[in-house]
Amino acid sequence: MKRFHPNPVNNLYRDAVNGRLSRREVMKRGTALGLSSALMGTMLRAESIGAQATPDASQPLGYTIPSADDLQAELELSTDFAGTEINWMGGADGPGVAYDEAVVARFNEITGMQVNYLMGAESATDRLTFYLQTMAAQSSDIDAAQIDVIWPGIMAPHAVDLSDVLQEGHFQRIVDNNTLNETVVGIPWFTDAGLLYSRTDLLEEYGFEGPPETWDQLEEYAMTIMEGEIADTPEFTGFVWQGAAYEGLTCNALEWQVSHDGGQIIDPDSGEVTVNNENAIAAFERAAGWVGGISPSAVTGYMEEDGRTVWQGGASAFMRNWPYAYALGQEEGSAIADNFTVGQLPSGTEGGESAATLGGWQMFVSTYSENQEAAKEWARYITSQPMQKSRAIERANLPTYGDLYSDPDVLAAQPYYEDLFPVFSEASVPRPSTVSADFYNDVSIAYFTAVSQILGGGDAASLVENLQADLEDIMSEL
Amino acid sequence: MASDQQAAQITTAAEVEEQATSEHKKSFRDRGTLARQQERLGWILVVPVLVVIAIVAIYPLIETFRLSFTDTRLASIREPNYVGFANYRNTLDDPQFWSSMQNTAIFTVATVTLETLLGMIIALTIHSNFRGRGIVRTSMLVPWAIPTVVSSLLWEWMFHDRFGVINSILKQLNLMDESTFLAWAANPSTALGAVIAVDVWKTTPFMALLLLAGLQVIPTDVYEAAYVDGASKIQQFFHITLPLLKPALLVALIFRTLDAFRVFDMIFVLNGYALDTMSIAIYTQQQLIASQRIGEGSAPAVLIFLTIGTLAFIYTRLIKVEEG
Repeated sequence: MKRFHPNPVNNLYRDAVNGRLSRREVMKRGTALGLSSALMGTMLRAESIGAQATPDASQPLGYTIPSADDLQAELELSTDFAGTEINWMGGADGPGVAYDEAVVARFNEITGMQVNYLMGAESATDRLTFYLQTMAAQSSDIDAAQIDVIWPGIMAPHAVDLSDVLQEGHFQRIVDNNTLNETVVGIPWFTDAGLLYSRTDLLEEYGFEGPPETWDQLEEYAMTIMEGEIADTPEFTGFVWQGAAYEGLTCNALEWQVSHDGGQIIDPDSGEVTVNNENAIAAFERAAGWVGGISPSAVTGYMEEDGRTVWQGGASAFMRNWPYAYALGQEEGSAIADNFTVGQLPSGTEGGESAATLGGWQMFVSTYSENQEAAKEWARYITSQPMQKSRAIERANLPTYGDLYSDPDVLAAQPYYEDLFPVFSEASVPRPSTVSADFYNDVSIAYFTAVSQILGGGDAASLVENLQADLEDIMSEL
Repeated sequence: MASDQQAAQITTAAEVEEQATSEHKKSFRDRGTLARQQERLGWILVVPVLVVIAIVAIYPLIETFRLSFTDTRLASIREPNYVGFANYRNTLDDPQFWSSMQNTAIFTVATVTLETLLGMIIALTIHSNFRGRGIVRTSMLVPWAIPTVVSSLLWEWMFHDRFGVINSILKQLNLMDESTFLAWAANPSTALGAVIAVDVWKTTPFMALLLLAGLQVIPTDVYEAAYVDGASKIQQFFHITLPLLKPALLVALIFRTLDAFRVFDMIFVLNGYALDTMSIAIYTQQQLIASQRIGEGSAPAVLIFLTIGTLAFIYTRLIKVEEG
């Protein structure tokens, strides 16, 4: 789904995905455009997926977007840029597109500007490559862009300082992650963090009082439940997580390291590499012990969806995943609906620190834009509290304003947000992307490669020692 | 016998030519002009192709050579510097480079050998006459016709430890149960074998097709003569089929060896950057794009180019020896 310029086929695809068209209409328009039956089949399938994912069919999409008057009372958006055209690039995840278009329409209505929504590649890595090429060419084609939590360091040389449009009330850690040399590269838009999913029905059945609070408990609970369940469900496993050699493993391993008092990979203030320590090594060795034990041996090839399918099929007692898996687990037809809970990941010792790797997205304004002030106004609007509230209700995107986690309207739509507040206010840990700037990918590749080798049975002490040397090399290049 | 016939033909052709020249001695000078004109036309027709090759092949190649001596980064505002042979030293010092070289070498030897053997068996089978040959020949090509990314995703699910059909079949055969289910592509001991299996499944039809084309140009009278002389089927294969198939076989081997050596898409989709199956092309891509090290990544790219160039040179020499 690498779409960029609107054209009839893309428009049809989008409308089909959003479930705006009937099957007949898709067929009719598709045939008129001379599309192959295979492509139309995909669209029809996408249409039914889109229809399923719409949370509440009785409500029109975008119904929670505040009215123009309410927004103006709160944000006082400037109308000085009426007639100005700006392009912003965001993601394109099926049903989200229609909502984002409604958000754009409201902004255009208030300000008289013409904001164009460009849909970027679905894969984040592909989108980053696209941004980098656009920025390398100093192109003014993109005025604003949605950037990942690990990109501020990479995008900083091309960023407009957004400190004057950053509003109060965001989680401070996310703001810090977006700030390089006192320049605000991105405004927090919505967030993500690693969570522990636990099966409440099984915890009760096996006599445990609640989700595990330490890794020792998790191992014990998982083993007990697994041994009991395996008689009826031979494929049952204890704990699934993301163990393939990719960015997701960096996120998982950082959580193990920090929660075992292993410090950061790189000290965010001094830039010193701090990964080689006993606690970090012990944390990685513990995780290596799960492979083929409480976790399937295949976990070293798992990404998010591999584990989630096992979990949602009812074949795992615990799962480490991002918040998106919650809504899917509660869907109709899910084997575990109403039988699980989410919360903080375990800590290394009783009463110790829990850690959740920070994910999420920010809004960035390009320094090559010819309409920077207009683009900043757009960034201020889409990241504002009323707009994040609407997004939380309709898209289940986690807000970056702490207040919204106790907002009654938000909690009515997403009751589990209450449990997530401590994760974001206390436990969230950013990856070392700000301190390593445009070398972050190198840092992450070195880190997940070493951890992957440890999970595969390599000697942790020597691998971490090599990792420390590799990371020092990389940081010396900065 | 066949060569005698050929020689006879050539003599006749030469004689005809000679006659023709003697008959048209007057117009000899005009013919020279014509030849020159034709040569010029030939050049005019070829130039666009040469320009395209220069743009899409030679320029990038030279640029890669140049970049491999710098520390250029992808989309960076850092000024690139000339670093001499540092990138080559770093590459040759990198254990990951050597492990991916080793993976690539094992992959290449294993897939090319298996594909050649299986392709030969299939080609010989299809070459013989039997009912439904057309359908078999067409259906045989299905794996080759499926886009690589699609077949990789397909195999990814077949290899899956919980939902994969391979574990399921082994369970039906009582060779496995849930506790020993393998994630074929993720498990370090089976990962490389798994990607080899996918490539063999996918590319054997291509090999078979190339060999079949070679088989079809071997004249049948040679076999008839051998039959009359009392040669067994096996003798026929080793003394007639194989020697006459050699040129086609060598061409097929060149294609497959070079293709296998630069394998990227299938492994990348199936296993990403996992070290157990990382090929040299994936290693290079990781350096170039994921790490944004255009300069440092160009060094292994040049090394791949040189290796493939050497392999191609050896193969073409083999063919030349064959022809000579």
